[in-house]
Amino acid sequence: MSTLTDLNMQQLLVGLQKKDFSALEVAKTYNAAVEKAAPLNAFITTTPEQALKQAAESDARRAAGKAGALEGVPLGIKDMFCTKGVRTTASSKMLENFVPTYESTVTQKLFDAGIVSLGKLSCDEFAMGASNITSAYGPVINPWTGADPVHAARQLVPGGSSGGSSAAVAAHAVVAATGTDTGGSCRQPAALTGTVGMKPTYGRCSRWGIVAFASSLDQAGTLTRTVWDSAKMLEVMAGFDDKDSTSADRPVPSFTGACGQSVKGLRVGIPREYRLDGIPDYVNKAWDDGIAMLKNAGAEIVDISLPNTAAALPVYYIIAPAEASSNLARYDGVRFGLRVPGKNLIDTYEQSRGAGFGPEVRRRILIGTYVLSAGYYDAYYLKAQQVRAKLMADFKAAYEKCDVILAPTAPDTAFGIGEKTADPVQMYLEDVFTVTANLVGIPAMSVPVGLAPNGLPLGLQIMARNWEEETMFRAASALESAAGFSAKPPFRV
Amino acid sequence: MGFVQYAPMDTETVARVARLARLAVSPDQQKAVAGELGQILAFVEQLNSVDVTGIKPVAGVHDDALRQRDDVVNDGNCAADILQNAPQTMADFFVVPKVVE
Repeated sequence: MSTLTDLNMQQLLVGLQKKDFSALEVAKTYNAAVEKAAPLNAFITTTPEQALKQAAESDARRAAGKAGALEGVPLGIKDMFCTKGVRTTASSKMLENFVPTYESTVTQKLFDAGIVSLGKLSCDEFAMGASNITSAYGPVINPWTGADPVHAARQLVPGGSSGGSSAAVAAHAVVAATGTDTGGSCRQPAALTGTVGMKPTYGRCSRWGIVAFASSLDQAGTLTRTVWDSAKMLEVMAGFDDKDSTSADRPVPSFTGACGQSVKGLRVGIPREYRLDGIPDYVNKAWDDGIAMLKNAGAEIVDISLPNTAAALPVYYIIAPAEASSNLARYDGVRFGLRVPGKNLIDTYEQSRGAGFGPEVRRRILIGTYVLSAGYYDAYYLKAQQVRAKLMADFKAAYEKCDVILAPTAPDTAFGIGEKTADPVQMYLEDVFTVTANLVGIPAMSVPVGLAPNGLPLGLQIMARNWEEETMFRAASALESAAGFSAKPPFRV
Repeated sequence: MGFVQYAPMDTETVARVARLARLAVSPDQQKAVAGELGQILAFVEQLNSVDVTGIKPVAGVHDDALRQRDDVVNDGNCAADILQNAPQTMADFFVVPKVVE
């Protein structure tokens, strides 16, 4: 069954239902795939025995007529989700030995729906980064290498922060994976690996049990091979949870039902401020191609303006570090996590945190502390909150004229490990097209649309109104079927 | 309201902020860290040009007030779970260095 790993989630579910293969067979195949994918360094912790046990239980449930929505599907879990009894590191040395005694709401829902977990996937440390190089467990390798000799000769990043998830999905080491998205962490890695990355509306999924980075921006999301697979996963992951005060008490619609629906008459906004200087021509060409695809499918293309676009990234790099500095105060070397004994209690805090956090996390804690400190709060944090309100007003006005917005996902294709590290701001620019969706809360997803001349994948992003994931999936599936992206990376299990 | 005029990020400021954050930054790292933080602050200074007169700040994306749970006891008797990941414990307590003479 050498082609088992080539099946997407939709095909796998059909095969399981028709008893073409058992969940146990699938799990065994994927355990081997995970081993074969080891050179990518996508996993921090693998759980092959748990996978076999869960698969056997899954087969028993199916035999008893009690199959769940994702019965027998092997997934990888981003190491930001707390998993009961399975080490959860957030890719940090701080949590190297942290074994949660509880299960995050999202992973619990996935397990209740019958998934099999293959293990915990690497990411940037505390999900802070766009390349996966800030992980304390080493960089993750993108399975794509590119056509030209310059690219082929070096190892590329899989994007970030959900870089383990994107690399594993692209290499077929997992059927799909969970991600989290605070500023683009599902969408940008998807764009860099030719996969589909999605973040739902803020509040759609419970944040309970997800390691907190920036609480007003964090959402659980998906990395999948297809738009339908993402819709299917979100149907399971979404829903009200009493344990998260920002979780929305709303019904979960059929997202899969929206896939494949016609986009005839759908108004697609093209934000003129997203034509940035310094973006390679092939990125803008892919965007133009995407516009033509949706137009040919019957959508109406509308020119829109988001006047405060240039302010989004600076706003993000005040608000996200501010919230992170507050959230990460919990790592004190007392209740859990690394402890480095000091001369006294304060010194113990300082030494533990100094040793447990890597450079990017330290930078963000310091920036966040600075912008929240007396004398600077109004000038930085309060001002950022005001500009955030302006960004929300921009989108409200734009959505009077259109139903979805189409834009590039990332400013370029995947780059080499070690590049864009000369100064921190260079890496921050990777998120230029994605952070706004988090600041205004809207659902957004990246769909692979083609290869750049360097042989590396490019993605386009569909953004919809708050709570209108169905419209997002409708437009994304139209784009997916028009683009017909079928290229695969050279490294595959 | 524009940004306050601040001195370029210097090692003294790094030391002060690091203390506030309870984060050890060794003296030999301070200069490099000051440079990086300075670059980030210079970048976010772009916001200076945005007019926010009369704009109400937002802390999150949905207007509705946060829902509150009923004030009831819904778990307990799980001291072992709570202590499981603690670096140092004694009986049902977290242990920290002595703070009272």
